[in-house]
Amino acid sequence: MNQREKEEYLREYSVLKAQGKPFFPYIIVKDGVMMIVVIGTIMLLSIVLGGELTAKADATTTTYAPRPEWYYFWAFELLRVIKPPALVSLATVGVPTIAMLLLFLLPFYDRNPERHPLRRPVATTAGIFVIGAMFFLSYLGAEAEPPSRVDMEPPPSVATAGGATLEKWEAGRKLVAQSSCGGCHKIGANGNDGPGPQLTQIGDRLKQGAIRETLINPTLPMPSFAKLGPEKLDDIAFFLSTLKSGSGGGH
Amino acid sequence: MAKIKLLPSPPAGLRPQPKRPEDPAVDDQPKDLVKEAGVSAAAWVDERTSLSGTVRWVMFRPIPKGTNWFYTLGTATMVAFINQVITGVVLAMYYDPSVTHAYESMKYINNEVFLGEFIHGMHRWGSTVMVILVFLHMARTFFFGAYKYPRELNWIVGVALLVLTLVMSVTGYLLPFDQRAYWASVVAMNIGGNAPLLGPFTPPAALGGPDVTTVTLSRFYAIHMMIIPGLIIGLISAHLYLVIKLGTSAPPWVRADKVGGDLKEHDA
Ligand code: HEM
Repeated sequence: MNQREKEEYLREYSVLKAQGKPFFPYIIVKDGVMMIVVIGTIMLLSIVLGGELTAKADATTTTYAPRPEWYYFWAFELLRVIKPPALVSLATVGVPTIAMLLLFLLPFYDRNPERHPLRRPVATTAGIFVIGAMFFLSYLGAEAEPPSRVDMEPPPSVATAGGATLEKWEAGRKLVAQSSCGGCHKIGANGNDGPGPQLTQIGDRLKQGAIRETLINPTLPMPSFAKLGPEKLDDIAFFLSTLKSGSGGGH
Repeated sequence: MAKIKLLPSPPAGLRPQPKRPEDPAVDDQPKDLVKEAGVSAAAWVDERTSLSGTVRWVMFRPIPKGTNWFYTLGTATMVAFINQVITGVVLAMYYDPSVTHAYESMKYINNEVFLGEFIHGMHRWGSTVMVILVFLHMARTFFFGAYKYPRELNWIVGVALLVLTLVMSVTGYLLPFDQRAYWASVVAMNIGGNAPLLGPFTPPAALGGPDVTTVTLSRFYAIHMMIIPGLIIGLISAHLYLVIKLGTSAPPWVRADKVGGDLKEHDA
């Protein structure tokens, strides 16, 4: 806004104020009603939904799917959409940083003196688009399937070996399901495709030892599973290392 | 002639009527005695603080014509925040931020404390309500163009409040120390640890190590109940000061009636 536009605005605004009403006792009534509505809503939510707790935190059993508050679903979903591993670290931090900068600097790059939403087509469209995108991503995030199942058949080599090998494979499969790896990885027909890479054919890319190492020292933001202990880690690593292309599995 | 800027005064109907000598003597009725006492107490304080000027400046400030219910969203956000402060203080009286006791103390609040689960629930769901209201209030100021001259700085203070509100919800999520809290926080910390430049230092320095431990819990607790609330209270004060100083914007589709120089006394 240039000097003339600023003065014009202030002049118009002072007339509007003169034609308005004092805050007390006219405007404050609306604020008072709103206060009662807000507190009433919170009380109602508390009575209906309560403050229940899930089981006590336990670092050794990862049976709980890490799920953010629902109003972060859209951010979680955004992570899922961005695939290449190199970009994931950028996206987890870069996207929020850019969004924050865009918000902070809004008054400086939007220098249009016009205020009416219908006469600011770019700003209004951008605003509606962002809100729409957040709703859509939140919806996708909410729809993501509970990642605690892995439906797979043992590959022929394991099936024929039977005995202890098959048991180890089954134990690994159950642990992967319980540990909610599917929250971030696609595993056969189950799990969510992202933010982590697919595990359906992880055996092609990594040997058992490397998989075990990754579980202990993962690439962020994946949590470390070191707390599971050596035995369980062995089972998981063995199970995952058998997942190879053309090895049967659940495709 | 330059107009002297006066503090706004109460609307005519609210102004105290000066007493006329011919009025019947009603002074000894209890009602009037109480009123007298109130007036003189207020006068005593005002003589020593000059607060009445500020009160007039805040309460009788003119609001432009045409404002609507969307303008109550800021107040609504503030009420949700006040709810968080009050219920948060109550929870803090019983909560113990250690790995061994955090969960048990929350269970105790839920099951033993009088109205405990109700207060806990109000804090839990109040946070959701506050986050929703902050976004709605921000959308209102965005679509009304209220972030434009002269209110740019208030928008920036507002964005800082938005960030702080979101930090509150992340740090608060861990405190009950149940499974949901624990695993969501592990992922949140890993995301933080992944940030460029500062990232590698975040978990060890701020959060007490790469794992969620008692140190993490007490750090999150201190951040959640002292540092951020302090900042939020300070910034809300600045935000409200600017709202009052600059005046609430009028809806962009409202135009002033052309009435010439006939300005009422509320013109500040
Ligand atoms: C804790 C969070 C916040 C509180 C308690 C709060 C409170 C308020 C209140 C009470 C008003 C008076 C007018 C109204 O209610 O609309 C206001 C105005 C304003 N707020 Fe906020 N606000 C918060 C967050 C934000 C955010 C996140 C933004 C934007 C990024 C923002 C930007 C503004 C602007 C630009 C105004 C001036 C609006 C006008 O004059 O029309 N505020 N705020």
